Amino acid sequence: MSQAELVRRDEQYGPALAPATAGHQGGPRWRWALYRSELLTTFRRWRTLALLGVLAVIPVLVGIAVKIETADGGNAGGGGGEGPAFISQITNNGLFLVFTSLAATLPFFLPMTVGVIAGDSIAGEANAGTLRYLLVAPAGRTRLLLVKFAGTMVFCLVATLVVAAFALATGALLFPVGDVTLLSGTTVPFSEGLLRALAIALAVALSLTGLAALGLFISTLTNSGIAAMAATVGLLLMVQIVDTIPQLHAAHPYLFTHYWLSFADLLRDPVYWEELLRNAGLQALYTALFGSAAWARFTTRDITA
Amino acid sequence: MQGQNDRPEHGSAMAQLSGSAVIETRGLSKRYRGGQLAVDRLDLSVPRGSVFGFLGPNGSGKTTTIRMLLGLIDATGGGARLLGEPMPRAAKRVLPRVGALIEGPALYGFLSGRGNLHRYDAADPTADPRTRKARVEAALERVGLSAAAGKKAKAYSLGMKQRLGIAAALLQPRELLVLDEPTNGLDPQGMREIRSLVRALAEDGITVFLSSHLLDEIEQVCSHTAVMNRGRLVTQGTVAEMSADARGRLAVTTPDGADAVRVLKEHGVTDVTADGDEVTGELPAPTGPSGEPPPDLAGLNAALVQAGVRVRAFGVTRVSLEDVFVSLTGEGFDVAG
Repeated sequence: MSQAELVRRDEQYGPALAPATAGHQGGPRWRWALYRSELLTTFRRWRTLALLGVLAVIPVLVGIAVKIETADGGNAGGGGGEGPAFISQITNNGLFLVFTSLAATLPFFLPMTVGVIAGDSIAGEANAGTLRYLLVAPAGRTRLLLVKFAGTMVFCLVATLVVAAFALATGALLFPVGDVTLLSGTTVPFSEGLLRALAIALAVALSLTGLAALGLFISTLTNSGIAAMAATVGLLLMVQIVDTIPQLHAAHPYLFTHYWLSFADLLRDPVYWEELLRNAGLQALYTALFGSAAWARFTTRDITA
Repeated sequence: MQGQNDRPEHGSAMAQLSGSAVIETRGLSKRYRGGQLAVDRLDLSVPRGSVFGFLGPNGSGKTTTIRMLLGLIDATGGGARLLGEPMPRAAKRVLPRVGALIEGPALYGFLSGRGNLHRYDAADPTADPRTRKARVEAALERVGLSAAAGKKAKAYSLGMKQRLGIAAALLQPRELLVLDEPTNGLDPQGMREIRSLVRALAEDGITVFLSSHLLDEIEQVCSHTAVMNRGRLVTQGTVAEMSADARGRLAVTTPDGADAVRVLKEHGVTDVTADGDEVTGELPAPTGPSGEPPPDLAGLNAALVQAGVRVRAFGVTRVSLEDVFVSLTGEGFDVAG
């Protein structure tokens, strides 16, 4: 339509600062103030704490269930049915509760919480009307979007670490810990096992970036936080279902969930990198795609809420 | 860019104000995607240092205009300058010097009042984090919220939320304050406080752009005003000019109605009507544009008495901005279709 409509509000948000304000500006505290504020705001919400609470309870429940099930000397994996990966090794080494819990929460619980945070990021602010005040502050549209994405990424990491930490604590309390026998049969000391657990937590958090970008994009489309959350989580479920239908296998390598469980390859010696790298590449692709879409949408959109 | 100023009666006002204008729009238009023309070729000029009342019925385009001025929505035609710089292109430079309350306050209910202000201040990249605490406390103090600053914002009354919204607009020294319905939801005491706050801010040299549906509020605090109706600017100028445009009617209470009518007509009063004891008429046009009452008011009274008319009461009915408004928009404060 008209020229004015095509003007991006952030054109001037680049390196060019007004001389009036550039002089006394520039320390990291100035630049990072909004990131800090975003994290404080996110993690001070009861909703965020509740989501993390749910994630913390899951490994504890799995640990207790395995403990009860094996109290009579039985084998957790042998009771019929397969259960999540690594579940049969928990009784031998509590550290495996970390891997089991991540494998159990990664398909749905963990990404669901990420979908809630990412979907609500922009739409929630619009819904509350706070978006207009952030923008006239002026937060800058590109800056706000980056802050929101960074905040969601921090949540992905914290959420994963919460699962891992509670799993580790529960595993250490209920089961013996010690040297770790890897999937390839080699045995490594417990300290290396811990390092590998940390690497796995990071790989899991990284797996969630594509979803975070998708959620952020959906969040720029609507003024309803609930709608954006529901749409993001709905898409996640759809993708997960498509990933299980063998007839659609041609599409599988392009689904952002397809290589999620590749984190188990970090438990091999030597580490089997192929799927881990494919996962990282796929997440980067999704992030670039939906990140750009979110930016294109958010920087040209009328803020009427 | 659609038509230039097609309302010549305002051309002179524009020429007179531009240059020192804090807000200036030329042909500013917004057509929403549904095809509805919300703002139609608006030429607005807000002089520096003024308290500018922005009036109009609900749905007349006030909020759309304010959102375009602040870069929240894009104009579909024309342009706007804020503090002399083009919007929305210069938003980064201009907006830190502008405080705004748009369509009521919006707060994070799970944060305290103080926490909300810290959040909004952090969003401004020109706000010094070292002085943040002091500036937040000063803003809270200024709107009288210091005592309640630790309470969660969701526990605030509407009036307190409104105050907190104004506090957010005062976090930094501003050159312009855009206040959309700032006294909404306040009790009469709170309204008085906000009005005196607006006056105090104006005395500090801050230009205040105030939208309101309360006409007496505009009359009490504003030096200038503009009236919108159905997306168009109906008039703009000083409040005194506007009141002068619609002169008051002379009202005489007398038992000698017929005589009074005759005497008044002889002295140039027009449209004289008698209704029982009450005789009213239009006063002769004032000599100057300043809106002073006609100089012969006392003379009129003397003439009536000399003619043997027994005058019980004599005076000019006060013209409120509301009368002006109704005469301009042809309606009261109903929602525009």
